[in-house]
Amino acid sequence: MDKKVVIELQNVRRDFQVGSETVHALRGISFQIHEGEFVTIMGTSGSGKSTLLNQLGCLDTPTSGEYYLDGVSVRTMRRSQRARLRNRKIGFVFQNYNLLAKTTAVENVELPLMYNKEYSAKQRREAAIAALQAVGLGDRLEHKSNQMSGGQMQRVAIARALVNNPAVILADEATGNLDTRTSYEVLVLFQKLHAEGRTIIFVTHNPEIAQYSSRNIVLRDGKIREDVINHNILSAAEALAALPAPQDD
Amino acid sequence: MSLINLFKIAIKAILNNKARSFLSMLGIIIGVGAVIVMMAIGQGSKQSIREEIQKNGTNMLTIRPGADMRGGVRLDPSAMQTLKQADYEAILNEAKFVNKVSPEVSTSGQAVFGSNNTTSTCYGESTDYLSIRLWQVEEGLFFTEEDVKKSAKVCVVGQTIVKELFPNGQDPVGKTIRFKNIPLRIIGVFKGKGYNNWGMDQDNVIVAPYTTVMKRLAAQTHFNSILCSAVTEELSDQAIEDLTAILRRTHKLKDSDVDNFTIRSQQEWMETMSSTMDTITIILVVAAAFSLLVAGIGIMNIMLVSVTERTKEIGLRMSVGARGLDISNQFLIEAILISLTGGLLGVLFGALLTWGCNTLIGYPAIIPMWSVLVSFAVCVAIGIGFGYFPAQKAARLDPIEAIRYE
Ligand SMILES: Nc1ncnc2c1ncn2[C@@H]1O[C@H](COP(=O)(O)OP(=O)(O)OP(=O)(O)O)[C@@H](O)[C@H]1O
Ligand SMILES: [Mg+2]
Repeated sequence: MDKKVVIELQNVRRDFQVGSETVHALRGISFQIHEGEFVTIMGTSGSGKSTLLNQLGCLDTPTSGEYYLDGVSVRTMRRSQRARLRNRKIGFVFQNYNLLAKTTAVENVELPLMYNKEYSAKQRREAAIAALQAVGLGDRLEHKSNQMSGGQMQRVAIARALVNNPAVILADEATGNLDTRTSYEVLVLFQKLHAEGRTIIFVTHNPEIAQYSSRNIVLRDGKIREDVINHNILSAAEALAALPAPQDD
Repeated sequence: MSLINLFKIAIKAILNNKARSFLSMLGIIIGVGAVIVMMAIGQGSKQSIREEIQKNGTNMLTIRPGADMRGGVRLDPSAMQTLKQADYEAILNEAKFVNKVSPEVSTSGQAVFGSNNTTSTCYGESTDYLSIRLWQVEEGLFFTEEDVKKSAKVCVVGQTIVKELFPNGQDPVGKTIRFKNIPLRIIGVFKGKGYNNWGMDQDNVIVAPYTTVMKRLAAQTHFNSILCSAVTEELSDQAIEDLTAILRRTHKLKDSDVDNFTIRSQQEWMETMSSTMDTITIILVVAAAFSLLVAGIGIMNIMLVSVTERTKEIGLRMSVGARGLDISNQFLIEAILISLTGGLLGVLFGALLTWGCNTLIGYPAIIPMWSVLVSFAVCVAIGIGFGYFPAQKAARLDPIEAIRYE
């Protein structure tokens, strides 16, 4: 591969102190991710997937080891610098949506841009509307978070991750709570983003989803157990079309 | 994040919790209201004292026995008997900048007419008294030089005396009342003056020639004070200097002796009274300000609860790029907004209390403009001061732990 390295981990460890015991959530992870890769991360519950994603998303710092994002060491950064990085370079889709309560879809999506002075109020709104249209929610702009279905909320969360035009999109179980059809719809969306050249890291429990990505990393007990390139990427759009039509009754 | 957005978020947060926000404002509302009404009462009192003094003639000078007591040193009673007839005469003959002089002697006692009686004070004065005090006789006449010379048993009475002793509407002029058992014939009635600021009924007076009061009623040879009128208000200071020189000579004071009398102009009275009022106002305002302190603690309490409740929201904001500063600003502005809104309502509440003071109780109260501005400034300070700790607490949260908080 001759593409630029976006993410580089060097022997990253993350320990948590729980009472007198130390939990080793990550026990020395090293890998490189290049621009434009669509990586799925799998592993049993508790294997360290979310912990790893938090590291990649600059929400947390390693206990030891180095993390370079676009060649810059994240470990040595100040809190406010990491905040800026999250704001400009990273789009994060959380395991459980995390939308603001009593707030409309468009306001939720605008949120990251609120912390970016380069956007005027008008530009912010336009970008939020464009992101919502991209996830197929162009007609739900003013719906409040509690007036939407799980799949819709998931898509608002994805739109929010896209709105700042990030270099890396990180998704933690973005299809975890969705039915098969909606899951495939979300996958189609991610494949589209992949096709546009975005770097995507997608944590999932579902082994089938790995078939739609370009690379699959499997974790176990905080270590990498498997890291394989997928040369035969399936099309989610085709799989969606092949699903039995929804029964309308 | 821009200030406008921070304000929008704060307004939304406050509106999302209307009842709680209002309760946390309540302390500020009451505190600011109390401060405003206290200041208004202070200001109103000062103003009406000034008017009162002006009504009595701004060029009046008061000579009292004893050294200047503003320092707080009390002298023995004999030192209070230094003003004598000789002083009065010396002033009459020599003083250059005063044109009216009246020695004053007063004594309190029962005034009786028929079966009616009332407690009053009888003032002994000279014929200049009317023009020094700018008083007017409504009915009958004031006494004359002749009456003073003969220590005539005549008097001029105020409206209260008329009301108390002649309840059936008889004409008091020409009637003889008894004061401390001495018969005094009423020759005139003063125009009503009402109550002064200290709550003293200015119509409950009997004025007689000073010679009459000294010899027949009080049996004393010294004056309680001597009142003079400076030729003009501007000449007050020169008049004081001149009078001081005269009295030092008649009192045979050596150069090293301090004055054993005190001369005050109305201006000085005004200053003394206003500074006394200022002191009282400060004490009241400080008391009210303590309630603001308590209110601030209330706001801090609410903000801490709010930070805890919104931990997840804080974590989310941080995860999409809010810096600690953005978060602390958000909560700081919310605290300021609560306190400032409270302040605004408090000013309205204070205005209402002041209005009540004026119309219901009839006490003069005027809200000074600066007290409103100071109240707003204090509210902003309270918001910052008591919002700071909760805001810091919010800003220091760890994004991951915060977003996981349930
Ligand atoms: N803040 C924390 N404090 C203590 N231990 C933690 C913390 N976060 C994670 N862990 C521990 O680290 C390990 C990995 O957790 P992590 O959340 O990364 O797992 P996961 O792979 O995402 O699991 P799942 O698939 O269930 O989401 C677990 O044993 C967990 O108990
Ligand atoms: Mg997880």
